[in-house]
Amino acid sequence: MLLNVQDLASYFFLDEGELKAVDGVSFHVDVKETVALVGESGCGKTIVALSLINLIPPPGRVVRGRILFDGRDLLRMESDELRQVRGGGIGMIFQEPGAALNPIYTIGDQITGVLRLHRSLGKHQAQKAAIELLGETGIPEPEKRMNAYPFELSGGMQQRVLIAIAISGRPKLLIADEPTTALDVTVQADILDLLAYLQEQYGMAILLISHDIGVVADVAERIMVMYPGKIVEIADTEDLFRDPRHPYTKALLSSVPRLGVGHNEPLKGIPGAVPDFLDLPSGCTFHPRCTIGDSSCTSEFPPLVDIGYRRKCACYKAETG
Amino acid sequence: MGWYILKRLLQAIPLLLGIITVTFFIVRLAPGDPMDIYLEEDRGQIDPQAIELLRQKYGLDQPIHIQYVKWVANVARGDLGESFRYRRPVSQLLAEAIPYTLQLTILAVVLDALIGITLGIISAVKQYSVLDKIVTLGSLVIYAIPGFWLALMLVLVFSVNLGWFPTSQTRSMDYGFLSFSGKVLDRLWHLVLPVFVLGVASAASTARYMRNRLLEVLNEEYVLSARARGFRERVVILNHALRNALIPIITIYGMKLPFLLGGAAIIESIFAWPGMGRLAVEAVSGRDYPLLMATITMGAVMTVFGNLLADLTYVWVDPRVSYEGKKQR
Amino acid sequence: MRERNSDNHSSVLRLSLIPGLGHLVLGERRRGVHLLAFAMICVLILTSTWERFLEAFQGSAIDHWIASLFLVACLLSLSTFSVRDVRRLVTLGDERVQSKSPLRIALRRFQANRLAVWSLYVIGALYFIAILTPLLTPYDPSAIEDVLETRYLAPSTAHLFGTDEFGRDLFSRAMYGARVSLSIGLLAMLIAKLVGTTYGSIAAYFGGVVDNVLMRIVDVIIAFPTFFLMLMLVGVFEANLVVLVLILGLTSWPGTARFIRGEILSLKEQEFTESARAIGLPAHLIIVRHLIPSALSPVLVSAALAVAGMIGAEAGLSFLGLGIRPPTPSWGNMVSAGSDALLVAWWVAFFPGALLTITLIAFSLFADGIRDALDPKALMQRFV
Ligand SMILES: Nc1ncnc2c1ncn2[C@@H]1O[C@H](COP(=O)(O)OP(=O)(O)OP(=O)(O)O)[C@@H](O)[C@H]1O
Ligand code: SF4
Ligand SMILES: [Mg+2]
Repeated sequence: MLLNVQDLASYFFLDEGELKAVDGVSFHVDVKETVALVGESGCGKTIVALSLINLIPPPGRVVRGRILFDGRDLLRMESDELRQVRGGGIGMIFQEPGAALNPIYTIGDQITGVLRLHRSLGKHQAQKAAIELLGETGIPEPEKRMNAYPFELSGGMQQRVLIAIAISGRPKLLIADEPTTALDVTVQADILDLLAYLQEQYGMAILLISHDIGVVADVAERIMVMYPGKIVEIADTEDLFRDPRHPYTKALLSSVPRLGVGHNEPLKGIPGAVPDFLDLPSGCTFHPRCTIGDSSCTSEFPPLVDIGYRRKCACYKAETG
Repeated sequence: MGWYILKRLLQAIPLLLGIITVTFFIVRLAPGDPMDIYLEEDRGQIDPQAIELLRQKYGLDQPIHIQYVKWVANVARGDLGESFRYRRPVSQLLAEAIPYTLQLTILAVVLDALIGITLGIISAVKQYSVLDKIVTLGSLVIYAIPGFWLALMLVLVFSVNLGWFPTSQTRSMDYGFLSFSGKVLDRLWHLVLPVFVLGVASAASTARYMRNRLLEVLNEEYVLSARARGFRERVVILNHALRNALIPIITIYGMKLPFLLGGAAIIESIFAWPGMGRLAVEAVSGRDYPLLMATITMGAVMTVFGNLLADLTYVWVDPRVSYEGKKQR
Repeated sequence: MRERNSDNHSSVLRLSLIPGLGHLVLGERRRGVHLLAFAMICVLILTSTWERFLEAFQGSAIDHWIASLFLVACLLSLSTFSVRDVRRLVTLGDERVQSKSPLRIALRRFQANRLAVWSLYVIGALYFIAILTPLLTPYDPSAIEDVLETRYLAPSTAHLFGTDEFGRDLFSRAMYGARVSLSIGLLAMLIAKLVGTTYGSIAAYFGGVVDNVLMRIVDVIIAFPTFFLMLMLVGVFEANLVVLVLILGLTSWPGTARFIRGEILSLKEQEFTESARAIGLPAHLIIVRHLIPSALSPVLVSAALAVAGMIGAEAGLSFLGLGIRPPTPSWGNMVSAGSDALLVAWWVAFFPGALLTITLIAFSLFADGIRDALDPKALMQRFV
């Protein structure tokens, strides 16, 4: 196990109250594995990702749990060690490629900065390595691009640069937070292919985050389904598509017209709205939208339990459903 | 870049024309005959023919549109007329006064940048700390204190009671007998209070602006990204956030010039500082129209060039704004 | 329930004729104490200045008359407000839940900001005192008695702020100065905002050449340092109070004009304006409806700051001897007089300047409070 997360919880302490963006999440990622985290917009996926490198912006913070990365607990590390993990052990790609690049530095400056930090390369070597990385991520004429500013690149190119930066520390785990959401449909497949290629090449594990279960189907070996603050089902991709157990997963799948197509669509198939974090329904938070739930579901949130070979689900009716 | 500067300079011409037009017509709207002021009370005793000659000399005998055209042409040539009061060319008076005003304003800007930017950064980085609260509240209070009163109180405490600084003037009585370094020190010594009064209010506004700007930038995703890549907090703030926050400050400094000049009018009067501001005040109280028109025009022209300088600097440091006008701010 | 309480209600209502008592009975401590305290102050002023209060209605001095009338009006409106508010509270009963309208939320947020609330009290008190000045001044502000005996007296219980070179009571003069400064500030701000808003709307409404010409004019005016522009105008026109207000107001509107024009133009471009026009609604109605919530907070903030700016500018001009001329007292010319006497009598310059400073700080803090409390986005969502 490369990454083992146990009972992770991250809250935001707002004037209006405690916002439990992530509330007791447990999962693991194996070496060289691709795992997907899916769920509707706003359900807490990005906060999970940021928790993994202990970078929740105030007024939020990780309030409990353990994050074992390579056997060491990330939440109890000294800051020096933690900085090694950030960018070194775990690389991260953010949702908005345009916003994640510093607008006033050239692409070259931004990559070589990370190379020099994590690989202790000299100025010249870093320059060379950067050009190589840019080439590898599919950027044409990388030498020229080194001197370009982010705003001079298209969204797809910016995302490639971000991927290059993320892998320049040779991470064992790459967290890709909605790497394709902000991009044109035509570019999305290219980026996913690139990620698959790089995983092969460098032997990284990838945690792929998306609100679109169709997008991750081709790439991920396992899928974790998230509903506000909680993971409700984990299964191998094939099993999940063939036999979804959680009512929410079922709804998600039925709203995907065909695999790999139709992005950025809201979940038309599921009646009701994503609940308000500050005013969550009691018990199983899905019950107002659930078709098979009954009064027994409204008192406690169902625990995420094993329901078969390599699969877990958090629903009282999982076996019978 | 050269072409861009030229283009911007050409664009400033209509603005400058507008400025001298406004000045001309406001002063010409003045009720009363400028000659009355020139001659003060003794009009009755002077030969009407002599008055007529004077009118001709100042061009007041001609119709107003001719006067206007002449005024524009003269300004364009750098001829700003002759002061009623000093009976000397206004351009000479200005040439003597402007260096003094520049000394004051430039040093005030330096002081402002040193204190304002530093406090703004500290305050943003330590948001919600006691220091942050002191800076935010303190800057608001200091900005609100009227400069002339602050100046008087400082003079009262530091000059009258403690005797640390001179009460006014640009140099001591024995200036002529001082060594070179003594002269420099003497001048600086006289600059302390006026520069402080002028700079401190300006620094207060900079601190507030800098704080808010940096807080905004610290919330940007590229700052989060920099942290996620494992950079030290110090590096994140100094290299990744600060430069982004500093760029818009340039515009702020461009906009500050008019306020500094307005402040200088009062501060110079208090400290008997022979700059442009005091000249303007003197011209107003003495109804010295040529001098008045010239100083006010000059103030506006300096503002225009201050803004232009700020714009050019902006283009120079911010890669996103290119001077081909690729991206509009 | 209701029936049984109605007796109770009418007695509470009667009680609340004395401002605040009704609230106190109902357990609304905060508001009750405030109302009661304000009423007590009014009564106190009324009783202690009873003779001068009556004089107002015999003499012909209009400001004296206004002061007395104002005091009566204050007491009457306090009573009316108190009764009405109590009636509201009683009829609402337990339904007095926290309202979620953005204006209510803004009000609550403002109240939570102690500095802003205090600055509002200070501003209120200043205007209150300024209006009542003819009743309150201990001395005639221009009375010159035995100059040799009374000149440059240090602050004491007899003369709180001391006396000036003519032996005039500075406390009384400062109160009259407050009248001048505060009214100039308010009026000039109103002129500037009015002209600026109209000008900006015209430019945005007509667009095209009109807009272009109007905005080029704004560019020219903004190019002048505002204080220089004011200097030039006071130099050219004989500055009495009215002219000074006009000069201050008419040199300070271009910023507002630019802002309003920008707001309207950006609203014009938005989708809802387009769709409104498509279904045949007049676009300017839509724009005004959106303009108010989106511009409310910035306009209020800049108005509060503008009052401070105008008061400061007036004081600066008067200090230079170019604004309000002696013997009419204004804070600026009082400091100016004090600057000549700095060596012998620090208080002459100190007190009027300190009052001026407190006023300017209060307006800045107040503006800050509005900015933090009134969130344009929340307003937009609510009203649109
Ligand atoms: N900085 C913050 N302050 C307060 N609340 C926040 C903050 N960031 C996130 N949240 C809350 O946490 C919840 C989860 O946010 P998160 O960004 O993880 O959602 P997400 O699943 O990544 O959604 P998306 O698909 O839109 O990226 C949000 O609904 C929001 O209410
Ligand atoms: S626990 Fe009950 S409400 Fe929740 S998903 Fe399962 S059946 Fe539906
Ligand atoms: Mg997200």
